Amino acid sequence: MLLNQFLLLGALLFAVGVYGVLARRNGVMVLMSIELMLNAVNLNLVAFGVQHDVVSGQVFALFIIAVAAAEVGVGLAIVLLLYRNRKSIAVDEFDLMKG
Amino acid sequence: MVAQNIAFGIIAAITVAAALGMVTTRNIVHAALFLVAVLGGLAANYVLLTAEFIATTQVLVYIGAVMVLFLFGIMLTRAPIGRIPQMTGATWPVAALSALALGGITVYALIDRFGTDSLATDNTVFRTADVSDSVFSQYIIPFEAVSVLLLAALIGAVVLARRD
Repeated sequence: MLLNQFLLLGALLFAVGVYGVLARRNGVMVLMSIELMLNAVNLNLVAFGVQHDVVSGQVFALFIIAVAAAEVGVGLAIVLLLYRNRKSIAVDEFDLMKG
Repeated sequence: MVAQNIAFGIIAAITVAAALGMVTTRNIVHAALFLVAVLGGLAANYVLLTAEFIATTQVLVYIGAVMVLFLFGIMLTRAPIGRIPQMTGATWPVAALSALALGGITVYALIDRFGTDSLATDNTVFRTADVSDSVFSQYIIPFEAVSVLLLAALIGAVVLARRD
C-alpha cells in the first residue's frame, strides 16, 4: 500500500467538507461537514503514524475524536438556541453584523 | 498486499461517494445516513492501517454517540423530513470553486512530495496496550486537558440549551 492513497483520500474528504461548510444553509448540515473535515485529518494522522512507526499518530487521532465530540455538543446547543430565538437555522439569515 | 489494495479501493470509492452524497442530497436525514457511511468507511481504513483501537473508538463515539446527537439536532430544530428545495445557499458556485481549488492544490502537493512512497509494512503493530501506555505516560497532560475540555463542553451545552 502507498502512503499517498490514504493522504489523497483524506484530501478529497477535506475538500468535500469545505464545500459542505461553505454551501449548505442548514446549521446542522454545516456541523456535519465540519465533522467530515476533522475525520479527514484523523486519517492523515494515523497514516503518518504508521509511516513513521510511532504511536503518537493514533494518540493524536484519539484527542481529535474527543475534541470533535465536545465541539458537536456545544455546536448543536448553539444551533438549538438559534432555532429557539429566530425560528430558523438557515445560516445565511443570521446577518445582524452586516452594515 | 494486493487484497489490501483492492479492499482500500472499494472502501475509498464508497467513502468518497457517500461524502459527495452527504453534501449534495436535499434530504437532511439522508445526509445524516450518508455521514454514517463515511464514518464507517474511515473506520475500515483505520483497520487497514492496523489502528484497531482508533477504529473501535470511531464506531463507538462517532457512529454511536455523535450521530445520535445529530439526529436529535435534526429532530429538535424541526427540520422538514423529506426533500428541501433550499438546502444550498446562492453562493454554492463560489463554494464549489473554493473546494475544487483547495482539493486540487492539496492533491498536487501530496503527489509532488510523497509520490509513490510505499507505506512501511515491516514496522511494529501498535496494539491497544501500546496506545494506552503512550496516553498515560507521554501524553498525560494533554489527556487531562481533554478531560477538562469535555467537562467544560458538557456544562456549556447545558447552560446554552436550558430554558429559563
